[in-house]
Amino acid sequence: MVQPLHYLKESASQTAGPYVHIGCTPNFVGIEGIFSEDLGSGALYNANAKGERISIRGTVYDGGGNPLKDALIEIWQSDAQGLYNSPSETRGAADPNFRGWGRSPGNMETGEFIFETIKPGKVPFNNGEWMAPHITFWVVARGINIGLQTRMYFPEEADANAVDPVLARVEHKPRLATLIAKKEEGNIYRFDIHLQGDAETVFFDI
Amino acid sequence: MTNRPPETGPFFARDRSIHPPAYAPAYKTSILRSPQRALISLEGTKSEITGPVFGHNMLNPLDNDLILNYARPGEMPIGPRILVHGRVLDERGRGVDGALVEFWQANAGGRYRHKKETYLAAVDPNFGGVGRTITDADGNYWFKTILPGAYPWPNGVNDWRPAHIHFSIFGHGFAQRLITQMYFEGDPMIWQCPIVKTIPDKAAIERLVAALDMNAALPMDMRAYKFDIVLRGRRSTLFENRMEGN
Repeated sequence: MVQPLHYLKESASQTAGPYVHIGCTPNFVGIEGIFSEDLGSGALYNANAKGERISIRGTVYDGGGNPLKDALIEIWQSDAQGLYNSPSETRGAADPNFRGWGRSPGNMETGEFIFETIKPGKVPFNNGEWMAPHITFWVVARGINIGLQTRMYFPEEADANAVDPVLARVEHKPRLATLIAKKEEGNIYRFDIHLQGDAETVFFDI
Repeated sequence: MTNRPPETGPFFARDRSIHPPAYAPAYKTSILRSPQRALISLEGTKSEITGPVFGHNMLNPLDNDLILNYARPGEMPIGPRILVHGRVLDERGRGVDGALVEFWQANAGGRYRHKKETYLAAVDPNFGGVGRTITDADGNYWFKTILPGAYPWPNGVNDWRPAHIHFSIFGHGFAQRLITQMYFEGDPMIWQCPIVKTIPDKAAIERLVAALDMNAALPMDMRAYKFDIVLRGRRSTLFENRMEGN
């Protein structure tokens, strides 16, 4: 007889639905007085944080080219030294002035999301190679049954991107462009996410 | 918090056969919002096995009491009063301590407090529909609320959502991030719902159905439902020179 393993099964995902803001960004939809501010809103850094301040703007598009006006986007990233502000970080203490996590709803009229953050440092891959600076994105919305994971890389890091072990997993090289933000004036990066179609963003099973 | 050292291993691979596929056409909005290319598989790196944690000190006393957290002084929302409780566990059966659990729902009549909601059922002036809590050292959580009502939605001509509460959970790593919905034992609408039926596995649906828990009910006050949430397990620390095992 084969011995039983007794593992539980993960709870199944369900869509966040059109009213995800009620739970995750209530002040954004006018439910005020319960939480003083929406969790994950505002800059990810305070005045003492180390590193280069950047803005990320983008829009999530559906397969018809229409912007999603009801998406919720979260990011998770290392600090300027490449350390994560997490108890699971084993390599040292991250910058206490940088929280590493942020949450932004898409604008209800335009769909645009915005993050005020710092440019992350390089983080080692499991085999000791270096991953290029990147930010992990998680997208949920009405019509998305399980949260979609992707990464944003930086266009000025061409050399690091060229040897990034995660980007190397993408077999169809023209698709790599979907993971690289576009630099705009100032320190603004544009990172649009296409859920479906010719320009479909690369999504990961992490 | 416990004195257990933080775990740092990668997570078990997600079993996508129990999760809804991206493309589930009976749920119409998924048709244009589902990627058509395969996901690129990536074993957990530092970027996914780490994740934000939130301290209990961010909570206000009424954050897990939806009966009172939006009510005008001396008033309360209308509807059946319930306690929802359970544990956040991982696939190894361990309680997940310090997990932030956020929840949101419609009121007793099935009406959400949201700018884009137009259902004709009335808004309850004493009900906001949002709360949050953080699990204790054993992974336990609880909140008080009003039993939500079913409501219609523009999918099929006559589609109605079962009564449900949305949950958003943070574990210890960003790879554990999960949003799901809790349903109520005995609700016949569950098995009609195109969103429920995006889940291909009947047992996985049943694990989203909270059981009526009369032992946890408060006599003359509120009934209770029990809802356990399971996040991805973490690979053994056995191989990282600690012998706690699985």
